[in-house]
Amino acid sequence: MQDRIRISCSRENLQQVRDFVRGFLVSAQRSDLIVNQVVLAVDEVVANFIIHANGEDASQFLDLLLVLAGQHLDIEIEDHGSTLFLPAGKVANPDLRAYIQQGRKGGMGMALVSRIMDQVEFFERNSHTVCHLTKLLT
Amino acid sequence: MGPIMKVTAQPADTTLTLILDGELDASSAVVLDTELNKPELLKYKKVLIDCQRLSYISSAGLGVFISHLQRLQDSNVKLVFFNMQEKVFNVFEILGLDSLMTIVPTEQEALAA
Repeated sequence: MQDRIRISCSRENLQQVRDFVRGFLVSAQRSDLIVNQVVLAVDEVVANFIIHANGEDASQFLDLLLVLAGQHLDIEIEDHGSTLFLPAGKVANPDLRAYIQQGRKGGMGMALVSRIMDQVEFFERNSHTVCHLTKLLT
Repeated sequence: MGPIMKVTAQPADTTLTLILDGELDASSAVVLDTELNKPELLKYKKVLIDCQRLSYISSAGLGVFISHLQRLQDSNVKLVFFNMQEKVFNVFEILGLDSLMTIVPTEQEALAA
């Protein structure tokens, strides 16, 4: 099964993205915990694209494609903006004790994505950034 | 579209309870940030976060709590979470935040923490 959605680059559309992913996975009869984890991973990547790659320019848009074949979930998020955005190298393991001492707000999103998904790739296609996420849903 | 996060403050003597209702993401986190930024928060000994109706949290929501934790600790205000749904607790667990923050099952335990 597969489904797709296109959204403009406004953070108000994050709710729509989460509802879309939830609806897709719930119809595939996945557990609440797994559904929430995948929803979170997609939300984090989409929020990064909206805020950091596109500066919340609502005239720009993202395409999101979900494909579930058996247990294998493939997610592709394509940014149609003109700025290449390749944050995969920033993942690492955030030092949360230091974050607390510094009062830091950001820097955890991609760590969550990399811990939830089996594979996280950012690459360039036709001068656009594409994020490909995979997970085996056991 | 209406707000997806509602924060209700319930003050009682030395304790302030913030009741979260909705989804905490990069769009709605500012609502919670505004509440935790209020100077009067520092007059309480304890700030309890009631998570019963918190149905989702992303890194933006976690970031709000992390960004205020040290300031609260420096003012001897304890931050305690209770009534957290399993899927929300799981997000704290994935990053190891469950060991850096005080999260208890019930309001009674939060008051005693």
